[in-house]
This record gives sequence, C-alpha cells and structure tokens, in this order.
Amino acid sequence: MSTETIDLKSQLIADFNSREKAINGKAQTSFHQAKRKALHTFETLGFPTPRNEEWKYSNVKNLISQTYDFEAAHAITADLLNDVRIPNLSGNVLFFINGKYEAGLSTIVSPAEQLTILPLQEAVETQAEVFEAHFGTLADATTEAFTALNTAFAGEGLFLHVPAGAVVEQPVILHFINDTRQQNVGTQPRNLFIIEKNAELLITETFMTVGDAHSFTNSVTEIHMAPEARVQYYKVQNESDQAYHVGTTQVRVSDNGHFYAATVSLNGGFIRNNLNIALDGEHCEAFMYGLYFPDGKQHIDNHTIADHRKPNSQSNELYKGVLRGKSTGVFNGKIFVREDAQKTNAFQSCKNVVLSTEATMNTKPQLEIFADDVKCSHGTTTGQLDEEALFYMRSRGISKPEALSLLMFAFCEDVISQIKIESIREYLEGIILKKLS
Amino acid sequence: MMLKINDLRASIEGKEILRGINLEVKAGEVHAIMGPNGSGKSTLASVLAGREEYEVTGGEVLFDEKDLLDLAPEARAAEGIFLAFQYPVEIPGVTTINFLKTAVNEIRKYKGQPPLDAAQFLKMVREKAKLVSMNDSLLKRALNEGFSGGEKKRNEIFQMAVLEPKLAILDETDSGLDIDALRIVAEGVNTLRSPERATIVVTHYQRLLDYIVPDYVHVLYKGRIVKSGTKELALELEEKGYDWIKAEVDATMA
Repeated sequence: MSTETIDLKSQLIADFNSREKAINGKAQTSFHQAKRKALHTFETLGFPTPRNEEWKYSNVKNLISQTYDFEAAHAITADLLNDVRIPNLSGNVLFFINGKYEAGLSTIVSPAEQLTILPLQEAVETQAEVFEAHFGTLADATTEAFTALNTAFAGEGLFLHVPAGAVVEQPVILHFINDTRQQNVGTQPRNLFIIEKNAELLITETFMTVGDAHSFTNSVTEIHMAPEARVQYYKVQNESDQAYHVGTTQVRVSDNGHFYAATVSLNGGFIRNNLNIALDGEHCEAFMYGLYFPDGKQHIDNHTIADHRKPNSQSNELYKGVLRGKSTGVFNGKIFVREDAQKTNAFQSCKNVVLSTEATMNTKPQLEIFADDVKCSHGTTTGQLDEEALFYMRSRGISKPEALSLLMFAFCEDVISQIKIESIREYLEGIILKKLS
Repeated sequence: MMLKINDLRASIEGKEILRGINLEVKAGEVHAIMGPNGSGKSTLASVLAGREEYEVTGGEVLFDEKDLLDLAPEARAAEGIFLAFQYPVEIPGVTTINFLKTAVNEIRKYKGQPPLDAAQFLKMVREKAKLVSMNDSLLKRALNEGFSGGEKKRNEIFQMAVLEPKLAILDETDSGLDIDALRIVAEGVNTLRSPERATIVVTHYQRLLDYIVPDYVHVLYKGRIVKSGTKELALELEEKGYDWIKAEVDATMA
C-alpha cells in the first residue's frame, strides 16, 4: 500500500497553474502579471518557519500539514446565517461563504453616491484605473509569503470606494464564513478599500466557521486613506478550534487622517493577525485596540506596526489578553519613527493575564526611532490573577467563578468600551462573559 | 454562642502565627482584639474570613454551630461573616454599585432567595449610603480606585451596612485615618450595632475604642490571647503600653 502525500505548497502552485490555463486571453493583463509574480515570490519564499524572526513563536507546521478545498461548495442557508452573524448589526451587510461573495444573501443600503461596492473580480475590469493605482501598493507581496500567496490568488473579496467628502452613514460589514461541515475549506479573501479625501467609513470584518473540519483563511485587506479621511475598522474572529487564520490589514493614513482599529479574537485554533499602519501624513492619528482569549491549545499572535513617516502625528495602542489552558499568545508591536517624523507621539501598551500555569504569553515591543524630538512609550505586562482582589470579592459573598469573571471582564473593559458600535459591543460582551464564566 | 474558637492554630509558609486561640463571642457583643505588632491579630481576622494563604494546622471554629473552617470565603460571607479590610483592594473596571449588587444577589442565591431587582437594590443602597454618610458619587466609581484612605474605610463600612453581617470583623480599620474619618467610621459601626449582631474590632491603638466601646478586650501576643478584660484593660494598655504584658508572658514562657 502506498500513501500519497500532497503538501499544501505544491497543491497551491498546481492550482495556480491550472487556473492560469483556464483564463486564456487574460493572462497578459497587468493584474494577472502581478499575480504570477506573487506566485513566484511565494514559490521562492515558501511558508515561513520559526527560523524566520517574524514567525519565531508562531509555527505554521500544523496549518500546512493539511490540504484544503479552495472551491468548496457550501450548504449555508439564510436561517443558519442568522445564528452565526452578529445580531442587530445592520448596514451594508456582505456575506462571503467559503470565500465566494453571496450577492443573494447580502444587503447594500448606502446610496451609490456615497460608496461603490463591487466584488473584487468585477472591479478589476469596471474600475480598472482606480484598481490598478491602488491594488497591491500597500500589502507587501515581495517578502511576506502569506501576502504573496494571497496576491497570487486574489479575486475573491471586496472592492470598496468612498468618493471625496462622502460620509457613509451605514457601516460596511463583511462576514467571512467558512462551512467546514463536509471538508477542509481554504479561502483567501482580498479586500481593497479606498477612502478619498475627507470621506468617512466604518468597516467591520468578521471571520467565523460552521463545522468541525479544518478551515484555513489567508486574508489581506488594504485600506487607502486620502487626506482627512476617517476610518473605523473592526475585526472580529470567532472561528473553531480547527481553524487557521492568517490575516493582514495594511493601512495608509494621510494628512489629518484618523484611523481607528479594534481587533477582537474570541476563538480560533491558530490566529496570526498583522495590522500594519503607515502614518504617511502630518497631523494624523491611529488607534489600535486588541483583545484576545486563547484557551485549550489555541494560539493567537498579533503583530502590529505603527510606521510614523511624517511629523506631528500620533499613534496609540492598547492590546489585552486573557490566556487559559495550554494556550499561547504573541504580541509583537513595532513602532517606527522615521527621520522626518519629528514631534511624533507614539504609545503602546500590552497587558496580559495568564490564568493557567501551562499557558504562555510572548511579548515583544520594538521601537526604532530615527527622529530626535519625539514622545514614545511602550510597556507590556504579563501577570497572574490578582489573588488579593479575588479574595476581597469572595469575602463579600461572590463565588470564585463569578468573581473571576467579574475581574476578567473588568480587565477587558477598557478595550471593550472603545468599541463604538453598540451591537458589536453587546455581541462581544455576551461572548466574553460566557467565556470568562 | 455565635462564634466559638477552640485552640485555633494557623501558619503561613511553615511559620506558626496562631498558637492556640480560644475565644467566644455572643450575639450583641463587641470584642476588641489588641496586641503589639506581629502578634497575630490580622492573621486571626484573615483566618476567620477564609484567606487561603494561611494554613489552619489545628483547632476549630464554630459559627452558629457550623464548622466555619470547612467553608469557602464566599460561603462564610453568605453565612454572615464580614471582614472590613485593613487595606481595601482597588478593583479597576468594577463599579462599587455593580460589585455590591453581585455580592447581594450571590448571597441571596446562597440562601435560596430570588435576586433583588434593580429598583429595590438601588433604594436599599441609597438608604445605607446615607446611614454611613457615603457620597453617592463614589458608588458609580470603580471600586476603591483612587479613593482616599478615609473613603476606602468608609466604603468598607458601607458594604457592611449593605450586607448586614451577623459578625463583623474590623481589621485595623483605624489605621491611616484622621480623627474625623475615624469618628465617621465609628458612627457607621455603632449605627449597625444590634442585639443580633456581634463585632470583633482588631486594633493596635485604643483610640478607636473611644468611639466603638467594647464589651470585652483581649490581648493577643505571640499567637495567643494572653489577657482578657473589659474596656478598662484597653485604657490600661493605652497608658502603660504592651511591655508589661510582654514581660509577664515572656517570664512564664521562659
């Protein structure tokens, strides 16, 4: 008897080649050439190993020991969606199931003069000029293997354009749902958001799974912000223990721009989030909040970059984690202050509570400052539960589990309270309370 | 008998602190536990409240005939024991009002009673706050966070008023208080005195006992109660210090 082993890398390369054959005449377009180039990069780099400093604590060995169906059919009904989606969260609600945009399940409410929403594939053709000017200009497909891989397969995802001066009142909510009830499912969403001058938008991306087979998501979101643009960006992850998630959000903020991000990882087997913000203008602000709750054998890694390129801007970051079981967590926060970026204010804080002796948190703040007139600070703390506070509560009649959940909820509160959409906040509070009790 | 302590021994990190405590407290009584620093006063308070760092190595404690040492701290609280902390803990993110609501309803659950609804709870809390001159605005703030020393101690007494314990143990409630704060705290305690309730006042100094007048005074030294008397004993200690007692005890031990 012989066993056949197909490794994920070979599967993906073969898959690319067969897709390429199928597109015939379009192989010469610049979009396809960019994809081909990215594939080569991926082929050369291969999946990262712990020898790569950026992946030192996040080993993708288990992720790549599986194969995935990237064209998997699904059996998600509208009823089922109502069970998994965030309740009462209305606006422009877009569903991507097993990677494919489901127009029939989605609702677009904002008027066309406020925003253009198109499946990425369609935008390649109908918005060619804007598309080409922006696509792939922020996300690094030359040194990051997962970004290269995503770029090579770019096609599923959303193109979103907000014209100058438009204040989009209704949020844009992207639900990425993988239905793994039948087989392992792989998806590579690619989103391109362009927010023009003095425009305003609120974006939410949620990642969820239905089923117990393995799920692999490799997502890349690029957010281009012209001067004075204002964006709030929420990323909520609530996937199964069998789900692997590598996600990169790449943002460029320009003069007087305001960017705000909250990344909440409720559940997932393996999560690696990259949130990279270039503060490429004067007087801009970027806020980054994060919250994560790994348990069991879960692994949650948040890598962030605040790259100050111009003077007089500000970044502020607060990440918090509660670790239980045999879980592991990683926080790697980089702050760059370039030579030109005088009068930068950059603050970073990462606080963790490790509730089990078998859980591990690795934190690494990294500051590289090339300007001399700046205010930067960073601090990370990783500690056990405050036993004195626990005893205080118990001495007032509050049971140990209840006291624990109150304390942990309070610990998370300064991040939760930053979430400005009530329905998302309520959804998170509900799940977090359940997790902590 | 509300509280009966028989030959209680307790240690921390292998070091014996309580070396055979005997004490009986009846409903309606106020007992003061005095003694020099390091004599075991706070340990006794902590062991009664169920602090887990202390290992009970011998003896028993009966509270309303129940074996207290068998109960978790939260069960002791539900049975009616309250410890006013020497150093109340700051808990960011949990408001005093939310904390107390959880405590009240957890205790009600323990007793098989339905939870209080928000309106009933608020009404009760406002009355109690008035009783101990607690500023309403503190209730909405995170528990003890940024409170002054006096505010923290007052908050302890306020919590006591809300939870209505049978036995209140005040652990050095007077430490760090100026005379005005001390008076307010003592007034709160006195307001709550009743024939059904008892109080143990742990203190190093006599001055708190000017305001909370005890029925009995016990002197703790080297982990034992070495002298018991009435309030006059406290005055004698104030005047003569602890050295004469230490000398007496050390002589008999030698």
